[in-house]
Amino acid sequence: MLLRLPHLLGVEGLTREQIAFILDQAKPFQEFQRHPLKKLATLRGKTVAIAFFESSTRTRISFTTAASRLGADTMALQAEASSLSKGESLLDTVRTLEAMRPDGIVIRHKSSGAPAFVAERLEIPVLNAGDGMHEHPTQALLDALTIRDRKGHLEGWNLTILGDIFHSRVARSNIHLLSKFGARITLCGPPMWVPRELEALAPGVRCTSCIEDALANADIVMVLRVQTERLHEPALAPGDYILRYQLNEKRLRLARPDALVLHPGPMIRGLEIDPAVADGPQSAVLEQVTNGLAVRMALLYHLVGSASADAPHPAKDRSNASD
Amino acid sequence: MCAVAKRQLLSPEEIGRTLHRLAHEIVEKSGGTGNLAFVGIRRRGVPLAQRLAGIIRESARADVPVGTVDITLYRDDLSTVGPQPVLHSTEIDFTVDERDLVVVDDVLYTGRTVRAAMNALFDLGRPKRVRLCVLVDRGHRELPIEAAFVGRVVETSDTETVEVHLREVDGEECVMLVSRIP
Amino acid sequence: MLLIKNGRVLDPASQTDAIRDVLLDAGRIVNMGENLSAPAAETLDARGQIVAPGFIDLHCHLREPGQELSETIETGTRAAARGGFTAVCCMPNTSPVNDNASVTRGIIERAAAAGSVRVWPIGAASLGSKGEALAEIAAMKEAGIVAVSDDGRPVATARLMRQVMEYCGALGLPVIDHCEDASLFAGGAMREGVQSLRLGLPGIPTQSETICASRDVEIAEMTAGHLHIAHMSARGTLDLVRRARQRGLRVTCEVTPHHFTLTDEDVRYDARYKMNPPLASRSDRDALIAGLADGSVDAIATDHAPHHPASKDVEFDRAPFGITGFETALALGLTELVHPGKLSLMRLVELFTTGPARVLGIERKIAPGEPADLTLFAPDHRWTFRAAESASKSRNTPFDGREFRGAPVAAIVAGRIVFRR
Repeated sequence: MLLRLPHLLGVEGLTREQIAFILDQAKPFQEFQRHPLKKLATLRGKTVAIAFFESSTRTRISFTTAASRLGADTMALQAEASSLSKGESLLDTVRTLEAMRPDGIVIRHKSSGAPAFVAERLEIPVLNAGDGMHEHPTQALLDALTIRDRKGHLEGWNLTILGDIFHSRVARSNIHLLSKFGARITLCGPPMWVPRELEALAPGVRCTSCIEDALANADIVMVLRVQTERLHEPALAPGDYILRYQLNEKRLRLARPDALVLHPGPMIRGLEIDPAVADGPQSAVLEQVTNGLAVRMALLYHLVGSASADAPHPAKDRSNASD
Repeated sequence: MCAVAKRQLLSPEEIGRTLHRLAHEIVEKSGGTGNLAFVGIRRRGVPLAQRLAGIIRESARADVPVGTVDITLYRDDLSTVGPQPVLHSTEIDFTVDERDLVVVDDVLYTGRTVRAAMNALFDLGRPKRVRLCVLVDRGHRELPIEAAFVGRVVETSDTETVEVHLREVDGEECVMLVSRIP
Repeated sequence: MLLIKNGRVLDPASQTDAIRDVLLDAGRIVNMGENLSAPAAETLDARGQIVAPGFIDLHCHLREPGQELSETIETGTRAAARGGFTAVCCMPNTSPVNDNASVTRGIIERAAAAGSVRVWPIGAASLGSKGEALAEIAAMKEAGIVAVSDDGRPVATARLMRQVMEYCGALGLPVIDHCEDASLFAGGAMREGVQSLRLGLPGIPTQSETICASRDVEIAEMTAGHLHIAHMSARGTLDLVRRARQRGLRVTCEVTPHHFTLTDEDVRYDARYKMNPPLASRSDRDALIAGLADGSVDAIATDHAPHHPASKDVEFDRAPFGITGFETALALGLTELVHPGKLSLMRLVELFTTGPARVLGIERKIAPGEPADLTLFAPDHRWTFRAAESASKSRNTPFDGREFRGAPVAAIVAGRIVFRR
């Protein structure tokens, strides 16, 4: 098959086949990360705009490195240094970037739907690097790659996600992705962070506020970062969170013995995760980072590689739109 | 519409004999098999490299390692419009550094595929020597590349193509010259 | 003189539903009957069309003074006329706020100069709609306001609401409240529910509306005032209104066309689906339709809220609330309610005429001596709405390109045709 995908806006609109294909295509790039010489000329002459309207270190570095290793140039826009602080609209900002003729744009934005908004208005591929509380598709894809590598396949796992599900785009993308592969998904955290309506988000989802219940029989435990800035909305004492929801060794023993522990990072050791678990044999947090590069290289190769600034782009053919 | 005419260049038996000859040449001209390794170019270079290694294993009682290289990321024609070609793995389990490599492919034509394969190999290390072995050389080179080991040289025109069918990939075995008559 | 021939007269006040001719002269209806003739009169053939009392919109934003980039009284009233309205009540959240008689007079003068539909201003309840001191309500009433409201936000506190209700009760003005609890509303962009979770947009729970409406009903009981709940969107609010009426309270309410047509499931990352109150759940929408049918709801009001394109062409959560509504209101009522059999044609006409008139304490009927304000429409005409062809300065409507069955044909104000299709 060929990946006829004009943009990557979210996981929800992807088919199982598209997801499996992206993971397959990430495989050569996983090997590539072990090469002594990590520089390709595949996207030589292409430019990828990396527009981060919200601060981020790891995702930005990962995308920039992925583009660079494929031989593409990058132009970076960071919120604090941009004219956004001078009141320029998102549309004007991205149109200005587009006028410099990049071949693709990677967007991180605090507003849900901002990448979709941009994709409808530009003629270059848009890759969502995280939008508000909506989706973080590359994170879910790199998580899936890690799961497939570690556990052999993606089908039918018991997935438990711990933390602030309500505010988490990582959780949403992972729910959509693994649900398509028949996962039974348990969402667990303080009740105000785990609204019951999440059960209607995708098939196979249930909510609980009891971590012991959530961890029983888990094959994969995904720990979300407790965003300290959000502990205050509503106010929740960190001590209470640790008491009720921290993933520690004792609790991890409730899961299957071979349960995989994932964390999208950055971790706050001692808050949402016990350092012994973070560094333990079941943890795959560093593989996640490496796999992030591979997944992003595969996506840039297929989405940006097929676009030409002077030629029609599949984005113009709306019938192909998956999102 | 255009008419298609096919002519068989090599029968299954001829393919087998050609490979035996090539294997012997390679061993002879390499002064032994100690440092030798095959790298097959996906797709049909891979079974050819494996067969060469098999022949050497039987005749010379020596194991020559075989790797595969996918050249997609190294192609020079990717910036054209349209969906990107599917990627496959490059699987080379031995160190390339200081190795005597024989790159194997089915047909040598413009030389661009071999150029891409060499770029891929040099990203993995610094081989001592790289030589090329092909089943068919059909001419029309666009780069300064020649094969050290050639199964059969075939005179072709621009409107002709050489189709190699191998058991492992195609379920049948033959080499055909296909002419498209406008 | 204008003679409207052969139209099907639908007059909710007299429950007339018959083919009649209507003769207008000097701004008044002078006669209604069969086979009228008036050789001197201009004749309008209304065969196959409905002749109804002039439509009243209880809730719109004309943006003048101060926000003329989005709309002016001139463009807004022309859009209203194209929607079949003959009178519109404009909310006071302009710049400056209509909280004093001179702003009120200014609006009325501009409307007269525009020469289209009647404009009946609504005055602010509090100075600057800031929720602190009472506005010049009595002086504004002298100048021509028909109701008070701090629309765009609720009357800020229960204490102020009590004062406004008491004061306006004595003045005979309805108090129109935009019901919303500020702390539950805070930061929200759409109705809280599965769809808001899916889109990752901050949600506004339905209780934001019902808590404030509940406060207002309690205050209506403390006072003799008339409470009118603006753009009701929730089943719970409708239940409160019904119970309040059972208790004998003077509580009325309105529903917008978008709330009886769309639900939160329709919301996409497109600010044309962003309005306040937000699109509600399917069950809320169905409850509102039931309320429209059974008489619990008094009026259909557009909440026409124009925003110039640049202000809406932004990230969903940053976009202002509101959509335009004049030119699609009747067509939505016919297409979504009457043709599917959820509402009778007479009831729909009532919701645009005698219903809102009753809220304002006036009469609306087709009878000799009455003002010659009439709305003509073709109930089965099929057409496609194009926002680009709208008379409004703004284009922010989710109904662009929608196909309708039923369209306004003419708006007649004081005997003068201000719009004719």
